[in-house]
Amino acid sequence: MALRRAIISHIGWIACGLGLLLVIGPLLDIVGVVAFNGISAFSLELFTTTTNGTAGGLLNAIEGTLVISAGGMLIAVPIGVGAGIYLAEYGSNKLGNIIRFLSDVLTGTPSIVLGYFSYIVFVTTLGWDFSVLAAAITIAILIVPYLARITELALRQVPNTMREAGFALGASEPAVVFKIVLPGATSGVVTGALLALAISVGETAPLIYTAGWSNYLWNGKLTNAPIGYLTYVIWTFIDQPDARSHALAFAAAFLVMLVVLAINIGVRLIIRRTKLT
Amino acid sequence: MKIRPFRLSLLGLSLFIPAALCAVVLFLIIYSGQAIVFNGLGFLSRITWNLGNLYSDPVTINGIQIPLGANYGILVFIIGTLASSLIAILIAVPLSVGAAIFLAEAVPELERSRPRWMPPIRPALSMLVELVAVVPSVVFGLWGVAVLVPFIGKYLAPSGSGYGLLAASIVLALMITPIIATTLLDSLMQIGIENRESAFALGATHFEVVSKVMLPMVRTTLIGGIVLALGRALGETMAVLMVSGGAINILPTSVFSPVSTIASFIVSQLDSAESDPTNMAVRSLAEIALVLFVITLAVNATAKLLTSGALSVHNHK
Repeated sequence: MALRRAIISHIGWIACGLGLLLVIGPLLDIVGVVAFNGISAFSLELFTTTTNGTAGGLLNAIEGTLVISAGGMLIAVPIGVGAGIYLAEYGSNKLGNIIRFLSDVLTGTPSIVLGYFSYIVFVTTLGWDFSVLAAAITIAILIVPYLARITELALRQVPNTMREAGFALGASEPAVVFKIVLPGATSGVVTGALLALAISVGETAPLIYTAGWSNYLWNGKLTNAPIGYLTYVIWTFIDQPDARSHALAFAAAFLVMLVVLAINIGVRLIIRRTKLT
Repeated sequence: MKIRPFRLSLLGLSLFIPAALCAVVLFLIIYSGQAIVFNGLGFLSRITWNLGNLYSDPVTINGIQIPLGANYGILVFIIGTLASSLIAILIAVPLSVGAAIFLAEAVPELERSRPRWMPPIRPALSMLVELVAVVPSVVFGLWGVAVLVPFIGKYLAPSGSGYGLLAASIVLALMITPIIATTLLDSLMQIGIENRESAFALGATHFEVVSKVMLPMVRTTLIGGIVLALGRALGETMAVLMVSGGAINILPTSVFSPVSTIASFIVSQLDSAESDPTNMAVRSLAEIALVLFVITLAVNATAKLLTSGALSVHNHK
């Protein structure tokens, strides 16, 4: 009897270990496959020429991803951080709870739904066509809830006594928030912004209906001009029959994965170190 | 009440979030209005999605212009969405429960006997599990096309094509395991030492303590995590689009059948919908997006109720 229980326990542990292996194994395989194929596709022309049909380089796509992400962050950071400040400092009431709840609903909304909303409103009804502005606004809607949530959490870590000390010195509300609370939570807010950046670089679905695709470099126009982006290259070029376009898809995937993983690993290591000390 | 301009301007910024959500829902409803009227309830139960004849003159039915012979039904995509997500859950639950238990209980045991120069391995392992969640969907899709689909086509599928329901479910399963595993890991770590010690004192083996005492304690949180993962799987777009094979007008008959999910179908229809002069296809796609929003909202709300309920149980303890 005792032997049977011991055997079952051992089998159980082995099964659990197998589970962990099957969760982590594919990740390592993904990183390995993408890195191997991506790096072997690297060349100087990859970064200096634009896409030509399904050949050429990735310069237009790299630039497009940077422009769209920067645009999205430019719109989303003031709103997200502002909302986070409100929720942390003055949001412990019914209104704050409602905003928090709706923010969660927005986080759970599939990104393709947001993309399609932008398509019918900005691209067709307002007549912007596929454009940087439509894409950046869509990305902003997607990442604002994350920014607000992480900013709120970071600000709540700042002890109340610091706020009270500020008020006792006669500081106004804006002075307490901008000179005491925000500086104390800088690392948390920056963390949130970096994670939001990683999300915007890796997104595809909301851009298909808003950014379109272009073989050329961005002409500086905010509307009525489609723009290329890296994730588009990944999902369309892998369906092409020739090896050259597959190589481009892997190179694009490697760049995207590099940015996303570097941000996420960096942020986690820094958080862990500050927790330990 | 005193007017505080600083607070009011911050409130104004935060109201952008509910405003954006309301705008999304409102515009989808307004835009799909004609389609909702034209399609009726049969939208959800019809199998055929037919854009009609886009080159002949549109016909007018009940005052609504549609292409000749157009018929919009999304049952195929609803089935595809539910089937791929449910199979994904079936695959993901055992894997993530095993992974969470191993991280919570076995790894500390192993670490006790590690040599002094070795750094602790649990932080690294749990970070790897978390990193699975941040890999972009389209990269999962690429891996699916390059590795998983050829594998299924070669060894499993009788037809020789790996694209289909099984490939979509496996990719989805990999994407949602970290959600379930981290939720479960967090709650396993919160269980008090006295519960474990009393089970050990009764003579239970370590694995029995985990499976018969600790797991039942965190059951509700586990279910909450599973529902949360379901919400993510239902709305997942790119990875599914790339490996599912994209079926229209035909219900899946086996795990190797090509399928389309609601989200992947919206993406795949961009070109054809644009060529419809009456715009009815674009309106019907908006109605699909609305259906997807309602489904994920319901699932996420359920997850929220479950996880918050579990938290209150913890507080009573």
